[in-house]
Amino acid sequence: MLDQWLFVGIFVSIAAVFPLLPLVMARFLAPRKPNRIKQETYECGIETVGDTWVQFKIQYYVYALVFLIFDIETVFLYPWAVSFDVLPLFAVFEGVLFILILAAGLFYAWRKGALEWS
Amino acid sequence: MTFFEDPVVFLSNLIQDLLVGLNLAPSVVTFFMTLLGVVIVASFGLIAVIFLIWLERKVAARFQDRIGPNRAGPYGLLQTFADIIKLITKEDITPDNADKVAFNIAPILSVVSVLLIWAVIPFASGWIGSDINVGVLYIGAVGSFGILSVLMAGWSSNNKYALLGAFRAVAQLISYEVPMLITLLIPVLLARTMGLMGIVEAQSTWFVVYAPLPALIFLISSIAEIGRTPFDLLEAESEIVAGFHTEYTGMKFGLFFAGEFLHAFTIGVLTAILFFGGWRGPGAETYPVLGVIYLMLKALGGYFIVMWVRTTLPRIRIDHMLNFNWKLLVPVTLALLMLIAVLDKAFAGTALYLPALIAANLVVFAGLMVALRQLAVRQRKERKRFKKRPVAKPA
Amino acid sequence: MTPIQLVFLFVAFATLWAAFMVVTRNNLVHAALFLVIALFGVAVLFVMLEAGFLAVIQVLVYIGAIAILMIFAVMLTRGDVDDIPDITNRYAGWVGLVAVLFFSSLVILMAQWPSFTALAKPILSSRDTIVELGTALVSPNGYVIPFEVASVMLLAALIGALVVARPRKGK
Repeated sequence: MLDQWLFVGIFVSIAAVFPLLPLVMARFLAPRKPNRIKQETYECGIETVGDTWVQFKIQYYVYALVFLIFDIETVFLYPWAVSFDVLPLFAVFEGVLFILILAAGLFYAWRKGALEWS
Repeated sequence: MTFFEDPVVFLSNLIQDLLVGLNLAPSVVTFFMTLLGVVIVASFGLIAVIFLIWLERKVAARFQDRIGPNRAGPYGLLQTFADIIKLITKEDITPDNADKVAFNIAPILSVVSVLLIWAVIPFASGWIGSDINVGVLYIGAVGSFGILSVLMAGWSSNNKYALLGAFRAVAQLISYEVPMLITLLIPVLLARTMGLMGIVEAQSTWFVVYAPLPALIFLISSIAEIGRTPFDLLEAESEIVAGFHTEYTGMKFGLFFAGEFLHAFTIGVLTAILFFGGWRGPGAETYPVLGVIYLMLKALGGYFIVMWVRTTLPRIRIDHMLNFNWKLLVPVTLALLMLIAVLDKAFAGTALYLPALIAANLVVFAGLMVALRQLAVRQRKERKRFKKRPVAKPA
Repeated sequence: MTPIQLVFLFVAFATLWAAFMVVTRNNLVHAALFLVIALFGVAVLFVMLEAGFLAVIQVLVYIGAIAILMIFAVMLTRGDVDDIPDITNRYAGWVGLVAVLFFSSLVILMAQWPSFTALAKPILSSRDTIVELGTALVSPNGYVIPFEVASVMLLAALIGALVVARPRKGK
C-alpha cells in the first residue's frame, strides 16, 4: 500500500511543478513596467472607496457550520458502506439511524430558518 | 505479453528490465518507475486540457450559432497554443497591498487540486496511477484544496469584490460538497470498496442502472463545484466584477482558467467511472487500449452535457442556488442513501435486486415531484394575493 | 538511514515549523494558512503509518472543513489585512515556562511507558482495514454506542452552533 502512496506523494510534487513552469516562463518573457495606476485595486476604472473589508453576511458562516456537520457525518458512513458485505441487517439500520438523527438536524435548521438567505 | 496486447505493461516491463540491468537497487528502480508513471499521468491531464479548451470553444460556438476559433491551424486547433503564448507574454500585475505569497500560490493550488484527482483514475484494466483503497474519499479530500485556493485568491487580492466573490464561491462550493460526498457514497456502497479500480470492476451492470438519481445529483453538484453556469455566481460580472480572480492577470489568470476546464473534463471522467462503468466495454479486458478509448468516449459524453448545460441555462440567484442545494439535493440524497442501503442489504443476490433499486429511485423521484408541485401551487396562490398591486400609470 | 526515515524527519520538522509559525504570526489569516500546512503534515505522517483512511479524513475534515471554517470566521470578523501589532502579553514568559515543563514531563512519562519504544505489530487480519473499521463501528461488541452518540453529538453541535450564530430578529 505504501508503494501506491509513493505514487501519490510524487504526484503531489510533480503536480505543483507543472503549473509553475508557465509562470516561470512568463517571468522571463513578460514585460514588467509597473506603475502606480496599474497596481491600483481594480474596480472597473472607479477609484476604490473605503476599506477592502466590508461587513459580510453572517449567513455565509451558518452554511459553513451546517456543512461541517454533514462533512463529518458522511465520513463516518464511508467505512460502514465499505463493510456492507459483512454487516448484519441490524447494522445497516444502525447506519440509517445515524443518518436519521442528522436529518433531524437538517430539519431543525430548515424550520428555524437557518437555511434562509434573507 | 506482446506490445499490441498491452503496450503500457510491455513498455514498463522493458524499462524496468533496463533499470535492473544497470544494477540499481530495487527501491531506486521502484522510485524511477513511479516517477515515470507520475509524469505520464500528469502530462496526460495537462495536454488533454489544451485540446479540451479548443473543443469547448468550438462546441459552445455551435450552440450559439457561431463558427468558433478557425484561424490558427486546421479547424483552429492551434488556437489554444496561441492563447498560451499570449498569456505568457502578458505583463503580470500584482496589485498594491496584495499578500504576495498567498496571491502567487493560489492559482497553482487551483490547478494542483484538480490535477491530483488524476492520480487515482483507472484508465484501463491494470492501468491506474495509484490504486489506493480510499480513492473516493481522496477525490473529496483534494477538492478541499480547490476551496482553499479560492479563499486565498480572494483574500490576498485586497479587493473587496474579489473577497466578496471568494465568500460566495466558498459558500457555494462547501454547500454542494455535501450532496457530492453523499452521492459518492452510493457507488462505494454498491461496490463495497472505495478504490476506483474496484468500483469499475464491480460494474458488470453500470451503477447508473441501479442509481440513476444519484448519478444525476452527482453531475449537478459537480457542475456547481466547478463554478460554471448556471452556478457561476462566484464570477457574476454584473455584480462583483470577476469574483475571486478579479486582480489576476496573464498566466496566473490562465491557470485558474485551465484549472476550470480540466475540472470540467475530470467531472466527466469521474461520472463515467463511478456510474457508467469506467473503462468497461467489449474487449476491454484483453486489450486495455480499448478501455482507455471507452473511458474517454464516456467522459467526453459527460463533458458534453456539462457544456450543454453551460450554454443553455442562465445564471441562477444565490438564494435559489443555496435553497436548491439544502432543501432539495441534500434531503433527496439522504433519502436515497437510506433507501438504497436498506434495499441493497435486503435484496442482494436476489432477482428482486434491480427492480427494488429502480423502484426506490422512482419513489423518491415521484415524492420530489409531488413536493415541488405543492410548492409551486402555494407560490402561485401567494402571487395571486398580490395581483392587484398598484401600477404606475402615465398621468 | 532509510529513505522513509528521511522523509519522516523532513515531514515531522516541516509540521513542527508550520505549527510554530501558526502561534507566532501577527496576521490571523497567515496563521490559519500555516495551520493548513501543519494539518497536511499530520496527514502525510498518517500515510507513512499506513493509515490511508485517517490521512484522507485528516485532509477532508480538517483542511476542507475546519480550516476553511476558521479562515471564514477570521475574515468575517476582521478581514482587514492589518496585523495585530503585539501577540504576546506580560504572561508570555510564564506561559512558555509552564508549556516547557508540561511537555518535558509528558516526554518523561511517555518514556517510562513500555509500549513507547515497542514496534507496532502488523495487523493480522486478512480483510481490508477499512472493512475492519466499518464492522467495529456498528457491531454491538465494538463501538456502536459511540457511533450513535457521535451522531447525537453532531446534532447537538449543529443546534448549538445555529443558536449562537443565527442573527436574531429585530436587531
